[in-house]
Amino acid sequence: MSMAISRLVYCKFEVINLFEDKMKHIVKIMTFLVAITAVWISLLQTAMIPRSHTWLLPLYFIVSLGCYGLLMVGVGLMQFPTCPQEAVLLQQDVIEAKQFLKHNGVDVGSD
Amino acid sequence: MVAFIDTGTNGTKSVHESVLDFVEFGIHTAKQSKAKAMANNSKYSIIVPTYNERLNIALIVFLVFKHIPDVDFEIIIVDDGSPDGTQDIVKQLQQVYGDDRILLRARPRKLGLGTAYIHGLKHASGNFVVIMDADLSHHPKYLPHFIKKQMETGADIVTGTRYVRGGGVHGWTLMRKLTSRGANVLAHTLLWPGVSDLTGSFRLYKKSVLEDIISSCVSKGYVFQMEMIVRASRKGYHIEEVPITFVDRVYGSSKLGGSEIVEYLKGLVYLLFTT
Repeated sequence: MSMAISRLVYCKFEVINLFEDKMKHIVKIMTFLVAITAVWISLLQTAMIPRSHTWLLPLYFIVSLGCYGLLMVGVGLMQFPTCPQEAVLLQQDVIEAKQFLKHNGVDVGSD
Repeated sequence: MVAFIDTGTNGTKSVHESVLDFVEFGIHTAKQSKAKAMANNSKYSIIVPTYNERLNIALIVFLVFKHIPDVDFEIIIVDDGSPDGTQDIVKQLQQVYGDDRILLRARPRKLGLGTAYIHGLKHASGNFVVIMDADLSHHPKYLPHFIKKQMETGADIVTGTRYVRGGGVHGWTLMRKLTSRGANVLAHTLLWPGVSDLTGSFRLYKKSVLEDIISSCVSKGYVFQMEMIVRASRKGYHIEEVPITFVDRVYGSSKLGGSEIVEYLKGLVYLLFTT
């Protein structure tokens, strides 16, 4: 049974290689999900891991995916690059620009 | 031609190594002259869509001329019938800088960002196209970085990214940063786009590449920017990134409400299914 499933998964990967450039991203994701579902089913059948644990595996997968996402958001937020000095530099640039343009006859009154 | 080949102190370098040094020097010099030659041959068309940017457009034009004086470029201003007199300011700028350098290609009313780029592209005579915003959040001082990166790597697209070290954002509240970061993580998990800043709109394209991608994009607003870079990534174009700093809205105000978030999510789903 698991032989049949692994052959099915292998065929799917062959299909991916054939249609690489035309394949929409959702199809790639769906294929990946079907592949891991096949692995999960084969685990259920062969009972290498106790069945009670195997039933909970999808839950573990979703929870760890959620945790990974939150971790990435948190890390990114902490490391978010800021540049307060740029605002100051920009104001200097604006003053320089206004002076030059006024001198050359461009109307730089406030909007 | 005489060349001195350094054989190291007390002849510690073998003849083999010394010859390799010499060949490296030759390649280095050749690369430098090639870079100089390339700099002279490329023309950059900078497309700036404007709407009510009377003051900002003048500042931007000044800054562009200040930061890339030795580059052959033109600025194409696509104005969507601004009621505040932006087009009059552009005409005054043309008096100062010349109307071969500043092109005003206006449209009767607000017709959207994507069509503004297409309109600007039609009048672009350069072989490279730069797109940037007119509200001074994109600073022209990064233009030399874009050009240099493209020349060094031969990339098809060089995109500015605010989210890496060396780049940054100023003027965002914590909530805004959280939304931005969350959106980024979601987009990366779902789409695997290959760039760190999906919604950024400060980019340098090869003209042919931009023409190719823009014909297959249909979204509006900043989802349009996302669609362009994702489609480019899927088509296998060589994309490089340059850190840029982003100072939010010097004059005026930038909005991010619930409707923008919904639009973003819809855009993500659309890209998931069609790219």
